[in-house]
Amino acid sequence: MTTSTLTASGALPDARDTAAPRRPRGSRVTLHVFLTGMALVWLFPVLWAVLSSFRDYAYTSTHGYASFGGFTLANYKNAWEQAEFGRHFWNSVIITVPAVTATLFLASCVAFVLARFSFKFNIALLGLFTAANLLPQQSLLIPLYRLFREVPLPYWMSDSGILLDSFWGLILINTAFQTGFCVFVLSNYMKTLPHELYEAAMVDGAGIMRQFFQITLPLCRPPLAALATLEVTWIYNEFFWATVLMQTGDKFPITSSLNNLRGTFFTDDNLVSAASVLVALPTLVVFFILQRQFVSGLTLGATKG
Amino acid sequence: MSRPQSESEYLSRLVPPSVSALSRRRFLQASAGAGGLVGLSALLAACGGDDSGGGSGTSTVTFGSNQSDDVPKKAYATMLANAGKAAGVDVKVNTVDHNTFQENINNYLQGKPDDVFTWFAGYRMQFFAEKGLIGDVSDVWANMTGMSDALKTASTGSDGKQYFVPLDYYPWAVFYRKSVFAEKGYQVPKTLDEFKALGTQMKKDGLVPIAFADKDGWPAFGTFDILNMRINGYQFHVDLMAGKEAWTDPKVKTVFDTWRGLLPLHQEGSLGRTWQEAAQSLQKKEAGTYLLGMFVGQQFPAADQADLDFFPFPEVDSTIGADTLDAPIDGFLMAKKPRNEAGAKKLLGALAKPAAEQDYVTSDPTVIAVSSDADTSKYSPLQLKGVELVKNAKNIAQFLDRDTRPDFSSTVMIPSIQAWIKSPDDVDSILNSVESQKKTIFSAQ
Amino acid sequence: MTDLPTVPVGAMSEAGAPGLRARRPAGPRRSRAHRLSRTDKTVLTVMVAVPTALVVGLVWLPALATVILSFSNWDGIGGLGTIHWIGFDNYQNVVTNYPPFKPAIEHNLIWLAVMFLIATPLGMFLAVLLDRQLRASRFYQTSFFLPVVLSLALLGFIWQLIYSSDQGLLNAVLGTKVDWYGDPSVNLWAVLVAASWRHTGYIMLLYLAGLKAVDPSLREAAQMDGASERRAFFSVVFPVMRPVNVIILVVTVIESLRAFDLVWVINKGRNGLELISALVTNNVVGEASRIGFGSALATIMLVISLVFITIYLATVMREDT
Repeated sequence: MTTSTLTASGALPDARDTAAPRRPRGSRVTLHVFLTGMALVWLFPVLWAVLSSFRDYAYTSTHGYASFGGFTLANYKNAWEQAEFGRHFWNSVIITVPAVTATLFLASCVAFVLARFSFKFNIALLGLFTAANLLPQQSLLIPLYRLFREVPLPYWMSDSGILLDSFWGLILINTAFQTGFCVFVLSNYMKTLPHELYEAAMVDGAGIMRQFFQITLPLCRPPLAALATLEVTWIYNEFFWATVLMQTGDKFPITSSLNNLRGTFFTDDNLVSAASVLVALPTLVVFFILQRQFVSGLTLGATKG
Repeated sequence: MSRPQSESEYLSRLVPPSVSALSRRRFLQASAGAGGLVGLSALLAACGGDDSGGGSGTSTVTFGSNQSDDVPKKAYATMLANAGKAAGVDVKVNTVDHNTFQENINNYLQGKPDDVFTWFAGYRMQFFAEKGLIGDVSDVWANMTGMSDALKTASTGSDGKQYFVPLDYYPWAVFYRKSVFAEKGYQVPKTLDEFKALGTQMKKDGLVPIAFADKDGWPAFGTFDILNMRINGYQFHVDLMAGKEAWTDPKVKTVFDTWRGLLPLHQEGSLGRTWQEAAQSLQKKEAGTYLLGMFVGQQFPAADQADLDFFPFPEVDSTIGADTLDAPIDGFLMAKKPRNEAGAKKLLGALAKPAAEQDYVTSDPTVIAVSSDADTSKYSPLQLKGVELVKNAKNIAQFLDRDTRPDFSSTVMIPSIQAWIKSPDDVDSILNSVESQKKTIFSAQ
Repeated sequence: MTDLPTVPVGAMSEAGAPGLRARRPAGPRRSRAHRLSRTDKTVLTVMVAVPTALVVGLVWLPALATVILSFSNWDGIGGLGTIHWIGFDNYQNVVTNYPPFKPAIEHNLIWLAVMFLIATPLGMFLAVLLDRQLRASRFYQTSFFLPVVLSLALLGFIWQLIYSSDQGLLNAVLGTKVDWYGDPSVNLWAVLVAASWRHTGYIMLLYLAGLKAVDPSLREAAQMDGASERRAFFSVVFPVMRPVNVIILVVTVIESLRAFDLVWVINKGRNGLELISALVTNNVVGEASRIGFGSALATIMLVISLVFITIYLATVMREDT
């Protein structure tokens, strides 16, 4: 049995750590030096790519990358235009936002049932959802393609007439694939909500729906926010489903469109670096803004009470 | 179950009635060709936005393009706009990046392919024809001029009908820099022995005789192809590609043994090097020669283009000579059930004209237009030489990964050739493995 | 084991109040189904049915279909009636007639060993180091976790800049000509460096949060007993972290089995970088279209994953009850 405690706000309880004894100055400095060194080693590859993105390809191909010089902003402009980033960013938004919303909503529903009640099928259900996220994507590919091809959609939903090559298809598969993990996390969190809340609500005559929307969901704001951050990162960075389940080049999300810059016969690596940095920017922004909740998101499932 | 020999045989193996109605309807729609099919297909064909041949003035033809790089993309846009005007149709281009397009081709063809799309000649095209995934364009060919017989053969499926409309091609040859040869006093070799002697001399002069890269797996096929054609002749090569000859045949072993004799002249570390990097070593005068397609020129800056030259791979067997080569042809296919068949055929007819080819070829000096009526006045000396080379060739092959089954070439040949390059002495076990894998693949439906 | 601290229940009676939750000892705290109204039952059914249908339909059914397809030699073209069933032939071919298979299994095992012996312990170590009041803690956490946030396709590009034998940074700086990506005796290790770089951050975060959630009074007690920090960790903290330890173990195993993106981006998983998932993709995606064969490979991968998933779930279930 674990004796861990979990703060409901979900924030990483940095400041709580009053148990650490005072360490002598010297070893603190060593610690900082070591960690700084490690951190810089960790950051280095990313910084190198960012540096390369500011350099002109003609220069680096003649002088090599270890040289200094040939700085330019042109790569970013070219990347934006050649890879048609504006359009593809928008495609990513179209896919990511609904998928994240749907995932969180559906997962909350299931988690609520699992946490609030103890039906006989609870464990099986939890297993079904958790295991679904751990399956490798490639094994689902062809049957999914066939399935999508058979499902007709009205034309106002998809200009291809079927689930294939439509945003709905991608939204659905991303949702299905990510729901498992969210169910696991949310069910653990929801289990920490005291039963008295629900009993009081039931005494007041609230049905399940009211309990869900007015008690559970508002109290789950921290894990929901954290999961939203995680899911945005994961779904946005996903490129595999899109390359197979989409057929129109214009509808590809941003990560797939990076391939447009890898030429058939010629690849400008610096251009690709610039493009990669541009692609990474939204995830980085999301990460920095919501770092506190981001960190706690992953771990809510791990150290359940 | 053997592979169906014709479209009708394929159709005769349709889904039995026991399979669900929905899937059967979609399947029939995809494979049956123009025939009165009630239901979903008619419904979908009739309605649907701007991509049907509805009552509007100009009809629209959708075009699937794998030309995602900047320069070819713009060239295609120009070419398609002009061809569209000539054909009286509006062309809507759907560009997918090169690799993704090729990798998804099976799914693409069975999903909702564009009316016309880019592809390659060779078995890769015939395979789709046999599977009933692409449309017959023999009537477009009936009105075509300026296409040689060899081109027509390359565009014909195994049932004798034409499916492919060619656009351009690029020969594979041994490239070198004229200045380097002049400076060191090298002569273009005519036989393999002369080539070996040249290589030895280059080594003494501090050059890598033959640049070599096989990180992507397919560039080495060029060397295999040309050696096989030089040593065993074109027919044996074609039969081997079709699975009719055994890879354990001593003739194949001779090819690898000859190649092994040449390996010391090849650039080391080939499995980690991309062909772009190898081409750059040719450009930087670190390597003396490089066997590659004409697209090697894309790695040369404009100033150095004039210095690039080639010679056909030297003959090995004097009875066979050196008149066969790999010259892959790129072009267009039509979907099996295009939304606008009439428009698609008109567009293909316009694309087969020299004007369209020129629209594209002017942007890319490393390919050659297929039509014999094409205007060659703007060609570089290299392109002109390429035209001569292919004109005088008795036989043209399409390159291993286009001449044989795609599953064989990518899942068997790539790892096997890479394994051989790593340990050339294991040739027997590698060829045995290739042959046994080939049997399981070719014997499948 | 200390008792869980509790907060008076009365403080929690307002719905919507944020703040510390009451910690109750485990006990029957879920309502009984028969107290629900009909509307409630309908709502509950819908709440469970819709997500379940989605996941079953889009994940589990395709997985089942893949297993079934592994007994055929279908090439993905044509209707279901064209499928030709060949029994276990595919599996036999995978094991006896497919040279990349054995290296792939070996590489996955090496991957697992490296992640398990190096990347995961390193992540845990960094977490332990960061589990104290440090001024630049957020900077450190960001640095280590950053690779996890970036897409793996991007990471492939980044490491290509470093590892390219002709134009990469590493060879330029070291002055060597090592063929990092092309030499099969070296390339797996080169890729493992990149993979570990990412994996370490992920583990660090999991472990750090677990550490932060450990009751501080435990450590205080250990300190008061005179234990050094190291002893305190190993004999007190580590055992208490058992559920997190198990989860990290299983995550490491699953990620090793699913390893794919880096090798795919480098050279499609060939020549020393074979991995099971890359083999599956090579056969299923692309023109190759050996659907039956690829499905057999995928099924093998699935079966191995399911073994570990079952262990994972068993642990979760056990902790749950």
